[in-house]
Amino acid sequence: MNDVTPSSAERAEKLQGMGCKRKRVEDIRFVQGKGSYVDDLKLPGMLHGDLVRSPYGHARVRKIDAAKAKALPGVVAVLTAADLKPLNLHYMPTLAGDVQAVLAEEKVLYQNQEVAFVIATDRYVAADAAELVEVEYEELPALVDPFKAMAPGAPVLREDIKDKTDGAHGKRKHYNHIFAWQIGEKEATDQAFRKAEVTVKELISYQRVHPCPLETCQCVASFDKIKGELTVWGTFQAPHVIRTVASLISKIPEHKIHVIAPDIGGGFGNKVGAYPGYICAVVASIVTGRPVKWVEDRIENLSATSFARDYHMTTEIAATKDGRVTGLRVHVLADHGAFDACADPSKWPAGFFNIVTGSYDFPVAHVAVDGVYTNKAPGGVAYRCSFRVTEAAYCIERAMDILAQKLGLDPAELRLRNLIRREQFPYQSALGWEYDSGDYHAALKKAMDAVDYRALRAEQKARQEAFKRGETRELMGIGVSFFTEIVGAGPSRNCDILGIAMFDSAEIRIHPTGAVTARMGTKSQGQGHETTYAQIIASELGLPADDITVEEGNTDTAPYGLGTYGSRSTPTAGAATAMAARKIKAKAQMIAADLLEVSEYDLEWDVDRFRVKGNPERFKTMKELAWAAYNRVPKGLEPGLEAVNYYDPPNMTYPFGAYICVLDVDVDTGVCKVRRFYALDDCGTRINPMIIEGQIHGGLTEAFAIAMGQEIRYDEIGNCTNPSFMDYFLPTAVETPKWETDWTTTPSPHHPIGAKGVGESPNVGGVPCFANAVNDAFKFLGSTHIAMPHNHWRTWTVADKLGLHG
Amino acid sequence: MIPGAFAYHRPKTVKDAVAMLSELGPDARPLAGGHSLIPMMKLRLSSPAHLVDLRAIGELKGIRAEGAEVVIGAMTTQHDVIADSMLAARLPILRETALVIADPQVRYVGTIGGNVANGDPGNDMPAVMLCLGAVYQVAGRKGERRIAARKFYEGAYMTALEPGEMVTAIRIPVPPSGHGAAYEKLKRKVGDYATAAAAVVLTMSGGRAATCSIGLTNLAETPLWAEEAAKAVVGTTIDAAAVKKAAAAAEAIASPASDNRGPAEYRKKMAGVMVARALARAKTRAG
Repeated sequence: MNDVTPSSAERAEKLQGMGCKRKRVEDIRFVQGKGSYVDDLKLPGMLHGDLVRSPYGHARVRKIDAAKAKALPGVVAVLTAADLKPLNLHYMPTLAGDVQAVLAEEKVLYQNQEVAFVIATDRYVAADAAELVEVEYEELPALVDPFKAMAPGAPVLREDIKDKTDGAHGKRKHYNHIFAWQIGEKEATDQAFRKAEVTVKELISYQRVHPCPLETCQCVASFDKIKGELTVWGTFQAPHVIRTVASLISKIPEHKIHVIAPDIGGGFGNKVGAYPGYICAVVASIVTGRPVKWVEDRIENLSATSFARDYHMTTEIAATKDGRVTGLRVHVLADHGAFDACADPSKWPAGFFNIVTGSYDFPVAHVAVDGVYTNKAPGGVAYRCSFRVTEAAYCIERAMDILAQKLGLDPAELRLRNLIRREQFPYQSALGWEYDSGDYHAALKKAMDAVDYRALRAEQKARQEAFKRGETRELMGIGVSFFTEIVGAGPSRNCDILGIAMFDSAEIRIHPTGAVTARMGTKSQGQGHETTYAQIIASELGLPADDITVEEGNTDTAPYGLGTYGSRSTPTAGAATAMAARKIKAKAQMIAADLLEVSEYDLEWDVDRFRVKGNPERFKTMKELAWAAYNRVPKGLEPGLEAVNYYDPPNMTYPFGAYICVLDVDVDTGVCKVRRFYALDDCGTRINPMIIEGQIHGGLTEAFAIAMGQEIRYDEIGNCTNPSFMDYFLPTAVETPKWETDWTTTPSPHHPIGAKGVGESPNVGGVPCFANAVNDAFKFLGSTHIAMPHNHWRTWTVADKLGLHG
Repeated sequence: MIPGAFAYHRPKTVKDAVAMLSELGPDARPLAGGHSLIPMMKLRLSSPAHLVDLRAIGELKGIRAEGAEVVIGAMTTQHDVIADSMLAARLPILRETALVIADPQVRYVGTIGGNVANGDPGNDMPAVMLCLGAVYQVAGRKGERRIAARKFYEGAYMTALEPGEMVTAIRIPVPPSGHGAAYEKLKRKVGDYATAAAAVVLTMSGGRAATCSIGLTNLAETPLWAEEAAKAVVGTTIDAAAVKKAAAAAEAIASPASDNRGPAEYRKKMAGVMVARALARAKTRAG
């Protein structure tokens, strides 16, 4: 090599591969308003649908009269259950093994449930016509409290299945019972509690919230009667699953269904499942022979599409006097709403809630979950978390603080005494998981040093004294959380959606010039896949990321995949991308050997080229090899340079982190001001540090929203009281705290590039951190557990009950 | 979130607007910034057949001094209120209040006239107008008249305006220089209506409150002028005992609804806290 030949490091930098803070390529269109969303789609002859919804939480539908609506000029049709029933489409299967009404047949079971679908030539006419549909209801007593669901004499909600004794996961205990699920060693756990020196018990409730993506759920369905083909553009986090389900329901052959998810404005779990509006739009297009668009508004999104959480967790920890945990026992009452439309892998009705032993070395544990029906919207999706993982993290992190309080120990110290030690990995948890890797003590200690934890505790002590002397009306709270996520669903041996194994896929095509088109089975909703997948390929193949186009979301072109949620894209499709690239690299190596007239074994890889060992000036770059693949392939080798990989992960990945929050509470108004928030995340190998930081910022902001204000509330007769941005807390930049981010790197030993996934960690770790901080502020006055969300009036009420208002 | 059909009118003069409103009758609504009316229409809580947009009427815009009064045209935007240097000097409470209304985008379009005339108890400016003793200039078919802000609000969305009348300007007597004022608002987030809010204008003399006026936002069906609360501090140094009395007097007249901001009991207590904090701040500002 001579002086002008760039060094390996210089060449590597130019690729913008893994580890590079590459700017998001998708932002070029987004910041210019040139994204292309479902609602941007305008097809010739397109009709518009609008839904007539129930004003009641629970009522019998006596009569539907659509005559006036049909008479309105511009109205093409009005669909009701009576129209869908002959097609067997008045109910649709859910991901949880239940069915959900598409349009209500005899009863409505939650406010804003879908009752009729109006189709008109114009969006305004559709809304006018929806108002003209006359529905006669007979109101029934509503059941909104999950704790009353299985009481004797409780209202019968699901008349369609009231005599069904077997649910999707075993025997039902009551007509409002959905499933019971348990895991762990009950006897051994009970024994640990009998022997325990110290125990704590608390009902820890995680309120019903909603993922609330800025873009609501929507679709355009277009049925081509001549070809017998259906095209559906929609806000789908999992387009291939939608295609398969659509084929199974409609009997249209799967190859004649084209599902396209264009740019999506946020999903957070809300866009995993299928909604009645989609089915209605498809039926309407088949009936009318014209494209039909359905776009929900904000109120519909918040009140009728999938909610999250609503988990009521009675939690007990057994421990020794010196603070070693010896057992964990949790019973969960899960409110699933009117239909079980929970989005979990089929075998996991409570998701991966059995990650609830968290980051601690519990010798035994037992978890039991009961799911019940109530007169609320269906759902139970993973709102920016892996399945039920944020519930589990909130549960264990609150419980550990409660235990620390009982033992008179600092919460960080209690955690240090119980964290799984580095040498214990891979770690078998008491509830059945194998944690892949971690160095928990190093992470927590780094976090404590970064914020000067001791100094903060000293300041808090001084503040408490000043408060007692009447010199201040502000309390200081310090929240600590240490979380372990379980993401990347998942190994086909235990994860499937409706029987389809939860692998994921990548297809990479190297074109003759060395430019690349890559397609994955996942679907970005803002995660930045177009940027990060290209970085993986750039590093693996030595081709510049800028020469790589990443495409997702079109089921005609993308390889089959299970979509994006549960931080699974990097663990699954990211792995598939690396594996497909390695297949290509292996073929390129054969071509290089042929061109350089040496054995393959005499070649070594150097950033972007194969070179002859000991003779670095003899090399072929990947770009040259791409040309050769289409121009001069070795004898016996087929031309072309492309590969597909379907990656079935051997295990989940287990990202973790240590978060610390400092806040001040104004006891006279209940306002909590977050002064400082430090987040240390370990997501294994870091593909794009800037995107990771952005993900952490966004996830922490959502965690802040959930902990401090988000809640979907129902009154006693089943009215949803806050389904709009007036009341549903979506913080703006003004309310959002400033975030400090940090990291450690513990690669996953089983993932091809060692990456673990990161998008959801901040929600999982953030929520308990804020909650612990609020609780921490009051605990010196004897308070043990304060329910979320920590909005002004709830916090003020706590202060009031503690007698702080004189 | 799709409104019903309506006809849109855009008169160029007050005279034309008033004529239109009388002619079209109760199915017509004047449209100022639209930040209350249009959301109501999208929710179909309001379905006017006619909207009379006042935006093209030049004579409704602007801020000017008239002797001891400041006159603000009804179509003056909140942003204009914030940006006006004369107001900042003579009536700083208006700027302080406008800055906690919604967000900059809304304030570029939302008007002070719409804010006071709509009768929404959640709006911030009405309590400030009660506090300042402002007078609304009103135009109708029968000509012009003036209505004191303190006599204007009759119930939620119910005002002293007769059918066909509209507010054209707000006349505010300027408090003496050296007065202290504050608008204290507790809200859940930017853009929210107040959980409770209090406006205070006072003057000090020899270390004691010489005059004091207090208005309350979103604590009843109408904005409240808290006379008893103000009396509790007049003649005092605005010491802790006086502030406590004023807060209690404010709480006594507050009758907020329980809503997602909190139960009525909490919001009542917040009335007192906001009054106490506004008094403290106004006192430090009085010279």
